[in-house]
Amino acid sequence: MSVSTLQTSLVDRAPVTRLTAPVRPAAKRGWRYGLTVAAFLLPSAVPLALFVLVPMVSAAWISLNDWNLITAMQFVGLDNFVELLADPRTAAVFGNTLYYIVGYLPLVYVGGLILALALNRALRGRSFWRGIYFLPVVTSWIAVAIVWRWLLNPNNGVVNTVLGWVGIDGPGWWTEPAWSMPSIILASAWKDLGFVMVILLAGLQAINPDLYDAAKVDGAGAWTRFRHVTLPMLSPSTFFVVVISLINGFQVFDQVYAMTGGGPAGSSQVVVQQIYDLTFRYGAAGEASALSWMLFAVILAVTVVQIIGQKRWVHYA
Amino acid sequence: MKRSLIAAVGLAGVTALVLGGCATEPAEPEGPVTITYGNFISAGGNEDNLTAIVDAFEAENPNITVEVTTLPYGDYFTALQTDLAAGSIADVVDTDFGFFQTLADSGALAPLEVANPESYRESLIEAYSRDGVSYGLPSSFSAVVLYYNADLFDQAGLDYPTSDWTWADEQAAAEAITALGDDIWGSHQPVSFFEYYKVLAQNGESFLNDDRTAVAFNTPGGIEAAEWLVNKSGTVMPTIEQGQGTPDFDTNLFVEGKLGMLHTGIWVFGAVADVPFSWDIAVEPGNTQQASGVFSNAVGVSATSENIEAATLFAEYLTSSQTMVDVRLDTGWELPPISDESQLGVYLTKDNPANRQAVFDSLDGIAIQPIVATGQQEMQDIMNEELIEAQAGRKTVAEALASAEERINAVIGG
Repeated sequence: MSVSTLQTSLVDRAPVTRLTAPVRPAAKRGWRYGLTVAAFLLPSAVPLALFVLVPMVSAAWISLNDWNLITAMQFVGLDNFVELLADPRTAAVFGNTLYYIVGYLPLVYVGGLILALALNRALRGRSFWRGIYFLPVVTSWIAVAIVWRWLLNPNNGVVNTVLGWVGIDGPGWWTEPAWSMPSIILASAWKDLGFVMVILLAGLQAINPDLYDAAKVDGAGAWTRFRHVTLPMLSPSTFFVVVISLINGFQVFDQVYAMTGGGPAGSSQVVVQQIYDLTFRYGAAGEASALSWMLFAVILAVTVVQIIGQKRWVHYA
Repeated sequence: MKRSLIAAVGLAGVTALVLGGCATEPAEPEGPVTITYGNFISAGGNEDNLTAIVDAFEAENPNITVEVTTLPYGDYFTALQTDLAAGSIADVVDTDFGFFQTLADSGALAPLEVANPESYRESLIEAYSRDGVSYGLPSSFSAVVLYYNADLFDQAGLDYPTSDWTWADEQAAAEAITALGDDIWGSHQPVSFFEYYKVLAQNGESFLNDDRTAVAFNTPGGIEAAEWLVNKSGTVMPTIEQGQGTPDFDTNLFVEGKLGMLHTGIWVFGAVADVPFSWDIAVEPGNTQQASGVFSNAVGVSATSENIEAATLFAEYLTSSQTMVDVRLDTGWELPPISDESQLGVYLTKDNPANRQAVFDSLDGIAIQPIVATGQQEMQDIMNEELIEAQAGRKTVAEALASAEERINAVIGG
């Protein structure tokens, strides 16, 4: 799916031309039409049902049970939800996840925007640089996490060594609770920069050059052009980046699992890591499923708010 | 931590099993049967050794084919739980002692009719029994010992460790070796749950109360034991910032010749076999008494298996056959769980390390793994976390233990 179709699917853009021609009623289209539609839908509908809908419904059922994966389930009603709401760890893991998002999103957006602006110019070896910055996106998180653990090694890592040259005593990146989340944010932003860059680059290239010419004629300087032409025209891409990053942000797991395992002292324990631990370490699959549904509700709410809120700041050409 | 502890070894001397009379030997099936075996014991270097045992079993039982699936220890239990939930569990499964409790409690394991229970070390087979009925068969055991770099001891003019060493002796030697150079460290011991319950035992203390409903370590003796672990960090052992606690850090430090003493299991014999300095092992020092970590693994048969008889036959072969004994002793693949100690003589005659007697001497005093009815893993995680808080200096040892006490008691329902 291309970026632009994804973008379109996220917004309620008005159709360019209204369909006025009479549409044949569904009943008269016949079984051939139905079969054709089904044939086109099947390749995505089957995996969607198997790997998304069925697990979601199962998780809803499991969340009403006490289950350690091994013995038979015991129906407990809403007890799991009640327990989770009373457990201070639930607030802690949502807090840590929010901390991640608040740190990660501005970093990856501003970084991606700077890259996109730089690589939108007529630059020698432009495609090469675009490829280079996109490389981390297609790299496995486990490999990236191991490399970042080395880079951020408190004792002999590159980052602290370089900081040492300029007289800064580098922190214990993933060994100190105060620094574990910043370490994960840094690595995540680095990995996803290329993705954000590609989307914003596509957005930049879709901006009509005439707008810049008109702005110049009106005496707009470089900053004014950026502020009043580039940013508003880029807002659909920005919106897309924000929505996708927030959804991914709430589901952050791989890098946490591989870099800190949620530690030290639970300082980087995020919601999905908690779901994993509850299921596979603490034999509490029911509570884990309840937490999954709570996470789903939060993501849904945040996304709906964004889609409603976008009317105020997203400009479609 | 690689293996889980054998609790009931300490129960040796308790009444012998009275299973023998009623057991009927599982017979080979009439038609061809395929059984599956999910394991972690062969992962990471012993795959060929396991294949040798399986091949020998299939040759003796031509009607049974064994399909082996091997996973690393770190992934094995996640996969096993998923298989249990999905109803796709293998006929024969590996387990460590800690997870055996969960499996047996939940009824996932079939009661086994063991043909020759007397061929196993009594304490080991009892560890995997409930009310005299076996639900698992021990497949191996191993012990944690004190490795030492003899060259560094010579350089510091020290006597080598012996089985009557105490914490004070280790501390004095560790300080002298650390003083040899900037890169040289005296002694490495992980700061973890598995070490903590052991040093508690070495100090005459206990992790849990008698009815296992609350912790019992928040005592002056318990604090002293935690300090023994925690205070090594930054004095005679590298700190977390220096890499301590990352996988294989300790073994690598020892192999590089930068570590005087190393507390770890006999499963790293292979990893340190070819080092360019002389080394040996000793029984781990205690404080008021000697107590060693002894670990074992076992195999169980799934209660839902369609071929329980064939599966039991294989489980027993895998854990007590002569082929298994020979393969394990030849290759140093931990120790066979057999009762016939004369067969283990071969083990003692092998070199590198020379003092293999220390492995058996370690069995004289065993620290029993604390097992609770619910919240085992959470209890271990909390203990690890609080000890590391103390190690990192973010809490005092007393604060960490008080916090661990409160949190663990809440989890295990004390």
